[in-house]
Amino acid sequence: MKRIESTNDFVVKFANVNGSGSASANTLFAKAILRMGVPVSPRNIFPSNIQGLPTWYEVRVSEAGWLGRRGGVDLMAAMNPQTWEKDVAEIEPGGYLFYDSTKPLPPAKFRDDIHVIGMPLMEICNATYSDPRQRQLFKNIIYVGALSALLEMESAEVEKLIGEQYKGKEKLLEPNVKALHLGIDFARRNLAPIGLKVKRSDKVGRRIFLEGNSAAALGCVYGGATVAAWYPITPSSSLAEAFAKHCRKFRTDPDTGKARYAVVQAEDELASIGVVIGAAWNGARAFTCTSGPGISLMSEFIGLAYFAEIPAVIIDVQRAGPSTGMPTRTQQADVLSCAYASHGDTKHPMLFPEDPKEGFEMAAQALDLADRLQTPVFVLYDLDIGMNERLCEPLEWDDARHYDRGKVLSYQDLEAGKRFGRYLDLDGDGITWRTYPGTHPKRGSFFTRGTSRDRYARYTEEGSAYVDNMQRLLKKFETAKDLVPRPAVRRAERGSRFGVIYYGSTAPAMDEAIAILEGESMHVDAMRVRGFPFHDEVMDFVNSHDHTFVVEQNRDGQLRTLLIAEGMLAPEKLTPVLHYDGTPITARFITDQISQRLGAFNVLPIKKTQVAGS
Amino acid sequence: MTYLAKPKLHHPDLPKNALGLTRRDYEGTVSTLCAGCGHDSISAAIIQACWELAIQPHRVAKLSGIGCSSKTPTYFLDKSHGFNSVHGRMPSVLTGANLANRELIYLGVSGDGDSASIGLGQFAHVMRRGVNMTYIVENNGVYGLTKGQFSATADRGSKAKRGAINTDEGIDLVLMALQLGATYVARSFSGDKGQLVPLIKGALSHEGAAFLDVISPCVAFNNHDGSTKSYDYVREHNEAVNFLDVITLRKEITTEYEAGTVQEVRQHDGSVLRLRKISEGYDPCDRISAMNYVQSRYAVGEIATGLLYISPAPRDLHAALNTVGLPLNQLGERELCPGSAALEKVNESLR
Repeated sequence: MKRIESTNDFVVKFANVNGSGSASANTLFAKAILRMGVPVSPRNIFPSNIQGLPTWYEVRVSEAGWLGRRGGVDLMAAMNPQTWEKDVAEIEPGGYLFYDSTKPLPPAKFRDDIHVIGMPLMEICNATYSDPRQRQLFKNIIYVGALSALLEMESAEVEKLIGEQYKGKEKLLEPNVKALHLGIDFARRNLAPIGLKVKRSDKVGRRIFLEGNSAAALGCVYGGATVAAWYPITPSSSLAEAFAKHCRKFRTDPDTGKARYAVVQAEDELASIGVVIGAAWNGARAFTCTSGPGISLMSEFIGLAYFAEIPAVIIDVQRAGPSTGMPTRTQQADVLSCAYASHGDTKHPMLFPEDPKEGFEMAAQALDLADRLQTPVFVLYDLDIGMNERLCEPLEWDDARHYDRGKVLSYQDLEAGKRFGRYLDLDGDGITWRTYPGTHPKRGSFFTRGTSRDRYARYTEEGSAYVDNMQRLLKKFETAKDLVPRPAVRRAERGSRFGVIYYGSTAPAMDEAIAILEGESMHVDAMRVRGFPFHDEVMDFVNSHDHTFVVEQNRDGQLRTLLIAEGMLAPEKLTPVLHYDGTPITARFITDQISQRLGAFNVLPIKKTQVAGS
Repeated sequence: MTYLAKPKLHHPDLPKNALGLTRRDYEGTVSTLCAGCGHDSISAAIIQACWELAIQPHRVAKLSGIGCSSKTPTYFLDKSHGFNSVHGRMPSVLTGANLANRELIYLGVSGDGDSASIGLGQFAHVMRRGVNMTYIVENNGVYGLTKGQFSATADRGSKAKRGAINTDEGIDLVLMALQLGATYVARSFSGDKGQLVPLIKGALSHEGAAFLDVISPCVAFNNHDGSTKSYDYVREHNEAVNFLDVITLRKEITTEYEAGTVQEVRQHDGSVLRLRKISEGYDPCDRISAMNYVQSRYAVGEIATGLLYISPAPRDLHAALNTVGLPLNQLGERELCPGSAALEKVNESLR
């Protein structure tokens, strides 16, 4: 029988029952590999449920540093009888099945092209622990111990991590270490070695390992947000919770113990965005975080903020829609609903981070942009980035950086008689000056409203005043082009007639796909779009290629639609490559799709041509 | 409704308040509401109350939703920033504004459609949170701007101008505010300025969620026989529980009252609310009794007005969130940004 042999390059998947305490054990496993200097990218695949339903944790080990989902499983730790059949079926031929062999299973439950590793986990637990909860929790640590031994991982690293996790809780430390060794010892004594190995390397470097939501929340702290309003919704709730946690640490006045921030868990998304708009109108930096259904609910307010020109930062951690869709699965399907959120003619700047590091940076940048542009600014990423720990470059902050509070007249400005018309474009960039309430006893007050008004904020239904204002808003949007993050371009070594455009969480899979395609002599130039409105570079990129693939994780090719609509690009020049089943896109998928289509364009890879000709 | 703007010149003999300002300094643009609209009387009462309290106009933020009532903030305090937000959502905008700067006075103006129909949820939650504000509902029981449909505060059995009878139960926002934790709850009538002005003053000086339901007849669509929100009906059926005097710190207490007829409540800002009792035994500091009383009057077709409830020790949202004394919108990078050294420690903890 074939046996998968691989060092530092394989996929381990844990099939568990939700609420069984497996998450922390599985994270321990992934982190221990990282500590051995080998990159990993773990992904939670979980149901909309608290207890009882199946949940998976997929760990890709990749010394080459590929952080996208690979697809396929080399070693399955099948701990959930409910999903046994599906889990066993998913293992690559020659792969490994690790399972609890306490209760015998009929041969029909297995496959003959995989290697089966049975370990009587329940029996060991029952013999060691009397408390049922302990039996459950330590079972997780025991299997982590056994797997670490099978993979020849350094047990000292796992132990060190347990020590860090239970620092100050020595009562829990010792039994966890004991459980770990129970697993290690059993595996060493009873289980045959397997073909998968983790070997110490130096490929992790200074990189850090964190969740996108936590990173974006920290970006909001660094970016100076003082008011956060939110309504719980997967996959964004952990962002709001992380913001509160970071604030308790970094924003508590050391002298008084008082909070330099306010977090309101609102009654719904309408109130959340209302609070943000009220706070920003009054000069505080404010944000909300939500997911697709929340954007739908916020739409009316978003139009108000657009038209009345009030800063707001909305972080949309996308999930699979429409409607409730697949609330715990990932997608990039809110691109259009955010770009044009609300009734009437509206459009909004959007930022697309590719990983937690950019999540941190763009959250902070969005707060600057919202103040500068006096408009709602969206940060769009998805569950794959938000709720998974991802290896990324260390976070950076330049202490010389200052917040850009935009065009705000102070008491001194008003006192000095500076010209003020709330909607009067004095600088020619479409952005007008504003004042905070309470600034000056006699000057600078104005009325904010969602109805049409003239340049001095006076209500009017005069057509010419309305058009004047709407045209200025367009000019402001043009100004935004140079302020949002520019696209990142990577040219193929030899240049290519073909381009590929992608964004957000597709990045790690695309990095790998490009390498694979290059390896097969299929060359494409790649552009990662990082902001909307699109910079002219984006249109130039498309126009300078015969053909451009637009890779997205939604059904309708939403970014492609936006490129066609806003960039005046010819639809036939943009081929959609779409992955939208709720799982993160893989390099395999992208490579297959692009190579097939390149074939259709008669660009057979050189190697294949040679084979065909020989 | 006035078509001609008043001249900007002030008469030199106009009385001045402690800030040296006349009532004219508290006005706004000319109202565009119908002649005789109750809302204009409320605007006038707001002007009077702010003037009497010598509030600096620019230290007030006036917020509203959508509807006739929500238009009124343009008609008073033109040195204040105003915000005409979206329908039924003024409470959340006000909450955010209040969080950003705790030092301003927040005046929310809304209507019965805005607060009891589309905005009932936000109304409820802003009261629960105890946002420090004065929240006035100009309650006429109908939608004016869309020409006379019933709103959710219309009483069951009340008749519309075109004859339709309202079959849905009316919502009493006073009862809701009481139940949801507002710490100052009053009801008045736009036609009774003597009662209304001190109630607004009390609310403005209250450091918590103050709610005022002001019945304000709609002359265009709800002032006919069979309506329970008409001038005549409200005049006949309103029953005041007390009469309020607001005594600010600056004023000396000089008037003498007969013992037992007056109840005093000292507010956090030092002002004293002096309540002359009208209804025997009514205790405005007892929330449960207040709810019972309001309901018992309603059951016999009467509308209880006056200061119905006051908590002498209100708590506001800032207290609940333990925010710093300095307004959040005045904090700078130094207070807000932890800096690169702290970030390096964060990085270190994530390896």
